[in-house]
Amino acid sequence: MACIETRGLRKVFGTTIALEGIDLRVEEGRILGIIGPNGAGKTTALNAILGLTSYQGELKVLGRDPWAAREHLMRDVSFIADVAVLPRWIRVSQMLDYVAGVHPRFDRAKAEGFLAKTTIKRASKVRELSKGMVAQLHLALVMAIDAKLLVLDEPTLGLDILYRKQFYDSLLNDYFDCSRTIVVTTHQVEEVQDVLTDLMFIDRGRIVLECSMEEFDSRYFEVMVNPEHLAAARALKPIYERPVFGRSVLLFDHGDRDQLAALGEVRRPSIADLFVAVMSNQAGEAQPPSHRATARQGGQGTEDRDQRS
Amino acid sequence: MNTQSNAVPELPVNSGVTDPGYSTEKTRPMYWSVRRELWENRSIYIAPLIVAAVQVFGFAISTIGLAERRRAVLLLDPAHQRAAIEQPYDLAAMMMIFTVFIVGVFYCLDALHGERRDRSILFWKSLPVSDLTTVLSKATIPLVILPLVAFAIIVCVQLVMVLETGVVLIFHGMSPATTWVVPFFQNWLVLLYALVALALWHAPIYGWLLLVSGWVRRATFLWAVLPLIAIGVLEKIAFNTSHFASMVKNRLMGFAPGAFDFNPHHSTAIDSLSQLTPGSYLSTPALWIGLIFAAVFLAAAVQLRRYRGPI
Repeated sequence: MACIETRGLRKVFGTTIALEGIDLRVEEGRILGIIGPNGAGKTTALNAILGLTSYQGELKVLGRDPWAAREHLMRDVSFIADVAVLPRWIRVSQMLDYVAGVHPRFDRAKAEGFLAKTTIKRASKVRELSKGMVAQLHLALVMAIDAKLLVLDEPTLGLDILYRKQFYDSLLNDYFDCSRTIVVTTHQVEEVQDVLTDLMFIDRGRIVLECSMEEFDSRYFEVMVNPEHLAAARALKPIYERPVFGRSVLLFDHGDRDQLAALGEVRRPSIADLFVAVMSNQAGEAQPPSHRATARQGGQGTEDRDQRS
Repeated sequence: MNTQSNAVPELPVNSGVTDPGYSTEKTRPMYWSVRRELWENRSIYIAPLIVAAVQVFGFAISTIGLAERRRAVLLLDPAHQRAAIEQPYDLAAMMMIFTVFIVGVFYCLDALHGERRDRSILFWKSLPVSDLTTVLSKATIPLVILPLVAFAIIVCVQLVMVLETGVVLIFHGMSPATTWVVPFFQNWLVLLYALVALALWHAPIYGWLLLVSGWVRRATFLWAVLPLIAIGVLEKIAFNTSHFASMVKNRLMGFAPGAFDFNPHHSTAIDSLSQLTPGSYLSTPALWIGLIFAAVFLAAAVQLRRYRGPI
């Protein structure tokens, strides 16, 4: 059974459309990254998955309708919004007491173990902790919950590089296994490139690209083209071209690797570069046929409307 | 709204080994939610404790000249003796009841607003605690916890006052036993009864405040109070009547006539337990109308919280 399954997921705020018919299927054991510009509908989609917002269309998370059964679902789903959602007045020890008191799948010893590796003191209040320590605390709580689905919405926003690195390392090494599923949104795309198993680009409430990372690796190539081959390379219809140090870097979708290697140095593109390519094609003209969605009318997405001030 | 909310399977769906019969019996969401409120809102007990300290201190000052006053009081007939000696104790109790009412009002105004203001609602909603449990745990504070706090502190304050009196009287060579014309244990029973009756009477007020605090984006106090004033003013101007205003006033102060059978000769004193009339109080329609309103307000607050995110 799929961990998350949606058909025609739609959400409208007043006259603006935040989600316009999302069809999505996330299998157990995957790590899906949802990447999109601000206002693309990422947070709205996550909120629908978490039972924080009503929606139209079909949505099943672990077989349940999140809006109707949030408190049941939350036994199996963990959730980290950005770092600032832990109540600032609470003490670390109270936090452990509380979560242990209400969550049937919380392993307090495990959380204590994670905290022991940090400098967080039990008697500290959250407001006394640095932003990075708050993120460590929240991660320790979440990793001690035996959940089936973990949803991360910009989990590393505002953290320094060390904490960000450590965040994903802990997640992969101490938490993730094949029975769990993780959905993450982030703007720090380069950090999650090697973490993800699946990738999804979303823009203005629609999915514009959806592929597994294996597919990503076999399908997209970036070529730093030797100047003399530039015309030949352009004839192969790259989806994007950008200049780097006076040379041209072309991004190909479904290219023939050997053919491309003759034109210059072939590399694996970064998600960030593919994202820029796809988004600029979205806004403009050339739409690669293999990409699912096309340009659409309608207002700006409003994912942040009720989530961020 | 979604199109298929009726299709929720109640059984665990992933037939894993860990699934059957969630071990919910070891979790106590309601208990921990109430404790959580006490951690967050320490004013629930600190404010009454501060008032208690002021009362004890003020009473200590008033013991200057106590011996002379007590000698004068002992010349009165027994009923007046008791009334005179009892008076500061009753005053302390009433001040404390008023204090916890104020604490309860401000607690409720912040209860469902604060979690949205500081965005922590996203964290609370990430845990398997229902909106119903959350709202009820918050309603428990003014309806159960604050009356208990008031009772415990009033009893302690009165005991300290008895002690202070005793020391002063002994110092002046008088018997401290004269204070015992006040039937303290009986008064404490009356107090407990009054606190329960008052909490039930005020339940719709707290329900309304909780609803407003979950509803509005800012200025909870104004939203809670101004509509009531507006209705009162409207009625006064339009019909030159003040039924709504007297209804509100009755809701604030009017619990006593139903809950007690006052002796017509001393209007506010309760001399015996036979003056407690729980039977007639429970058959007061106004009590039940109030409780229905309280239930409606709380139910609305629960529904509202489903839709609410950070502000």
